[in-house]
Amino acid sequence: MRYLPKSPSERKEMLDAIGARSAEALFESIPQKFRLREPLPLPGPLSEMEIIAYFQARAAENARGFTSFLGAGVYNHIRSVVTDALIQRGEFLTSYTPYQAEISQGTLTAIFEFQTLMCQLTGQDVANASMYDGSTALTEAVLMAERITDRHRVFVARSVHPEYRQVLATYARNLGLEMEEIGFTESGQLDRAALTPEKLAAAAAVVVQSPNFFGVLENIPGLAEAAHAGGTLLVTSISEPISLGILRPPSEADIVAMEGQAFGVPPSYGGPYVGVIATREKFVRQMPGRLAGQTADAAGRRGFVLTLATREQHIRREKATSNICTNEALYALAATIHLCLLGKEGIRDLAVQNLSKARFAQAELEKIPGVRRVFSGPTFNEFTLEFPRSVKLINAALLREKIIGPYALGTHYPELTKRALVCVTETMPRAEIERMAAAVRRILGTPL
Amino acid sequence: MYPREYRYTKEHEWIKAEGGTGTIGITDYAQQELGDVVFVELPKVGAQINAGQSFGTVESVKAVSEIFSPVTGEILETNSALVNAPEKINQDPHGSAWLVRMRLADSKELVGLMDAPAYEAYIAEKAKEHSA
Repeated sequence: MRYLPKSPSERKEMLDAIGARSAEALFESIPQKFRLREPLPLPGPLSEMEIIAYFQARAAENARGFTSFLGAGVYNHIRSVVTDALIQRGEFLTSYTPYQAEISQGTLTAIFEFQTLMCQLTGQDVANASMYDGSTALTEAVLMAERITDRHRVFVARSVHPEYRQVLATYARNLGLEMEEIGFTESGQLDRAALTPEKLAAAAAVVVQSPNFFGVLENIPGLAEAAHAGGTLLVTSISEPISLGILRPPSEADIVAMEGQAFGVPPSYGGPYVGVIATREKFVRQMPGRLAGQTADAAGRRGFVLTLATREQHIRREKATSNICTNEALYALAATIHLCLLGKEGIRDLAVQNLSKARFAQAELEKIPGVRRVFSGPTFNEFTLEFPRSVKLINAALLREKIIGPYALGTHYPELTKRALVCVTETMPRAEIERMAAAVRRILGTPL
Repeated sequence: MYPREYRYTKEHEWIKAEGGTGTIGITDYAQQELGDVVFVELPKVGAQINAGQSFGTVESVKAVSEIFSPVTGEILETNSALVNAPEKINQDPHGSAWLVRMRLADSKELVGLMDAPAYEAYIAEKAKEHSA
């Protein structure tokens, strides 16, 4: 696509052709009160050198040299320069929707590879070309469960990412979908006792996250068994997919909705990221979004196309499974390249490093008087600790030492004030973990 | 070709009424137009359907088509054999590849549908439009 401005004479020619006085006259049907009375207060044009200087100055405002123990849905992981170099190739960076298979084999092949990797990781049969992010993927998974079961009530674990639950509630509000939240036990896992067989028999889905928002792993096979006994689907959300390098895939779940940011996508400012939806083959027609499929051309050669497009809005309008008409193609590609660079053993090694470093950090922090572990359930690279003082105060003091402290759970869980979610990934040097533990000890040892 | 005892719609469904029930399918013309059928979506037993309402879909390699009910009534039975063998619709559209059986709310609705000669004339007209 080219962005060539029109000259005044070209504009006049076009206006003359349609018999309009001016471009402004084309908007006269819009009531005056809704129209801008004066031009937008935009700064004037800048020279190339001024623009470069402007952005260099903005870039210099970025926080540098901080160590972060924040996770809670967004993770700091290694990224390779190879990923950026490849996704910035023009063939990928500027390519349009691959509707026309004969000129889109590169993009379609990449999407097919992405889908294959997502199936291998999640233990599911089919994955689509990607969703916007983990929260919309989860919402779409719930709507899918509603269509499959023709039931309009879902049980959502409170230990699912609070922002994912907010996105789901936004969709549910006007769709007649009833959401009931299920609490957690001392293990940090979903309170199974709250899910009686009668309740389950009336529900479309049980929605959990694993590792959940407290960092605790849920018992997916057990939950699936309980859900299935009531004809209910199990929807599993995953916000930290590096965990799949070491954990059993959630193959018992009926739909897996995942955030793929951890696979080579930088945290940025909270996006864009890449969502994943994977499911059983028998549910494929209720799956939203694009799907690349393998086929053969007239000469019998292997090729790729978008398939089962009748699920999509551009073909079936109101009968479509979703209003998503796109995917996160570039970040799905980044995830594909990242996973291929890691390889089967690489992702396992990475997961082991996350686990080991998190365990080390947990042990170091638990040595501090008054600091204790909150939940007894198994964890991966995040864990919840209780502090003898407000997490916000501790974090403010840590920030002065260029340490971004753990996530204060009180923000979304009033009963969990003084508790925080600590995240430690492979990127965290041992010395920084020790520096942070020493800083927390010193802060807590200082009288208020 | 088109059974005399059936009634037909402009959307190419047929209905065979017996007593208070009707068996519904899509016509041979419809299956030819669709091409190879690969998937059929049918309603739940017990569903209440109005005449003209879509109660399912037939998906072929070319297109997805809504199936519109010729009459008002309740779904009594769906043809489960089609779930694993949707191609039957191409092979025997007027017979074993029926889609649903319905309890008719009002058998007078049948009067408004086409009989076989009228339907044959209707599709002959369609064919002419296509070649025009």
